[in-house]
Amino acid sequence: MTADIAVVGFAQAPNVRRTAGTTNGVEMLVPVFAELFAATGLSKSDVDFWCSGSSDYLAARAFSFIAAVDAIGAVPPIMESHVEMDGAWALYEAWVKLRTGEADTALVYGFGKSSAGNLRRTLALQLDPYTVAPLWPDSVTVAALQARLGIDAGRWSERAMAEVVGGDVDTLLTHPYIADPLRRHDCAPITDGASAIILATGDRAREINDRPAWITGFEHRIDSGSLGARDLTGSPSTVAAARAAGVDGVELAELHAPFTHQAILLRDALGLTKAVVNPSGGALAGNPMFAAGLSRIGEAARRVFDGSHGRVLAHATSGPALQQNLVCVMEGR
Amino acid sequence: MTELRARRVVGIRGSDGRVHVPPVEYDPVTAAPLTEFVEVGTEGTVVTWTWMATPLEGQPFDRPFGWAMVLLDGADTPMLHAVDVVESAELSTGMRVRIRWAATPGGGIHDIECFEPVTGRAPSAASGAVVDAVSGITTPVRLDVVHSVSPEESRYLRGLAEGRLLAQRCPRCLKVYIPPRGACPVDGVPTVEEVELPDTGTVTTFCIVNVPFLGQRIPPPYVAAYVLLDGADIAFLHLVLGCPADEVRMGMRVRAVWKQRSEWGTTLENIDHFTPSGEPDAAFDTYAGHL
Repeated sequence: MTADIAVVGFAQAPNVRRTAGTTNGVEMLVPVFAELFAATGLSKSDVDFWCSGSSDYLAARAFSFIAAVDAIGAVPPIMESHVEMDGAWALYEAWVKLRTGEADTALVYGFGKSSAGNLRRTLALQLDPYTVAPLWPDSVTVAALQARLGIDAGRWSERAMAEVVGGDVDTLLTHPYIADPLRRHDCAPITDGASAIILATGDRAREINDRPAWITGFEHRIDSGSLGARDLTGSPSTVAAARAAGVDGVELAELHAPFTHQAILLRDALGLTKAVVNPSGGALAGNPMFAAGLSRIGEAARRVFDGSHGRVLAHATSGPALQQNLVCVMEGR
Repeated sequence: MTELRARRVVGIRGSDGRVHVPPVEYDPVTAAPLTEFVEVGTEGTVVTWTWMATPLEGQPFDRPFGWAMVLLDGADTPMLHAVDVVESAELSTGMRVRIRWAATPGGGIHDIECFEPVTGRAPSAASGAVVDAVSGITTPVRLDVVHSVSPEESRYLRGLAEGRLLAQRCPRCLKVYIPPRGACPVDGVPTVEEVELPDTGTVTTFCIVNVPFLGQRIPPPYVAAYVLLDGADIAFLHLVLGCPADEVRMGMRVRAVWKQRSEWGTTLENIDHFTPSGEPDAAFDTYAGHL
């Protein structure tokens, strides 16, 4: 079992409201891979294992991730896998692959063209298909129901939510609701994008990056698919993942919170009292579906690469109202 | 679903004694299979709500309405549904609501048309009728998606509208792709240099379609074949007509039969089909690398 595995490279496409490219992500991924190879000095033949995260629901085409493999140039054949989840979970699969010793390097990517369809409706399809999804409760509605539960329970307020965004909070609070109690600033923008990370083991990692971000804990947990059965003001799966990963002493955290109240909820669940949170702006600054979670890990790792932080945490989420959560803790040595 | 059709609501008792509504198959915490159904009330309390000012396709109403999680009397977990009120000011946490049943039950969550505030008016009673068990539901799902073509594909499609077959060459492996691609699948770089191809080519492989299917335009048997245009390094799928299906063979030389120019658009359907050109068959080694 290989113990020493690190993030050694990260690149992302611009987070934009709408790209002109296809839903298979090729046009976003080609420059991202080129940037990653330039930064690490690697080429595609140096990558032992490839893994991606994306969704056919979003791409509205079957096996869209196969078309995305074109961006790699998979000749001669490569060892490749895919998850129908955020790229953060693809990174987890790659980390397991490296731990088994079957590979020493992995390139993991996630991509999503959220603008191609109506994202609020597409995300309704992740709800219970018998008793909930037939009513088409959209993603913003579900988040709003969660936000009000927290407000009524005294866990956060509309002001505290606006303070997550920062700036002129008084003015923000005069803006109209999108879905009471959520205003525009409470909701992540609909974003097209892609990102990619390179993982490497031991000495290989040290060759590639002067200061790799060594993974010390990597865990994910899930809560019930039944919305009503969950206490939506907390996140037991985040707490459990954090406990298993070991988050003591983190100096910086990148949280995948597509709504402001979820940033507060996660901060509390992770016990982040002193850490700098979301210096990148987080998902509220850009939320490319199936890449935003992976990008959190890359953004946190970058703060280790540059020597500015020693121990960092990244979080990714999936499913309605933070149903599934992943925690990755990294440190420089 | 069967009970909903009879205008009753049942939950299910979980491992910890909580009554889950709607009933879940397995306990959300212990994952134990659950079996003890419990009838609950048709009135309840709003535990959280939001307002849908501009409803989306498929939602319970096409006019503004509320969403709420409602804890039905006797239940321990709230259920999500719509609340029919005129404005958001009528909604509040803790308000009492009751089910408004659909006029025509169908055996699904839509048998609850919505919730409505509890007023003096008597609620509609359970039908009490004995009905067959609901064994399935149908949920139509429609998503509208705008597909964009890549810049390379766009050149190709515009070429087709002019009756031209525009391929592009990969700058690394020099292979000629039609349609051109945002990334050469061998090298992972966009194809660049434009190459106009003739409308003649070779059948590399084919199949005879004998099975009827929905939307079929040609009576079977007919031939769907991979056609390698002269000068191309990748074949594409098209029809081969104009000869009996059992005469189509690997290496057969074919040419495009275009539709009337007035019917052309930015589509490969401008070529109605390929037909034998009468030339001698191509030697196997001319297309062996494309199988």
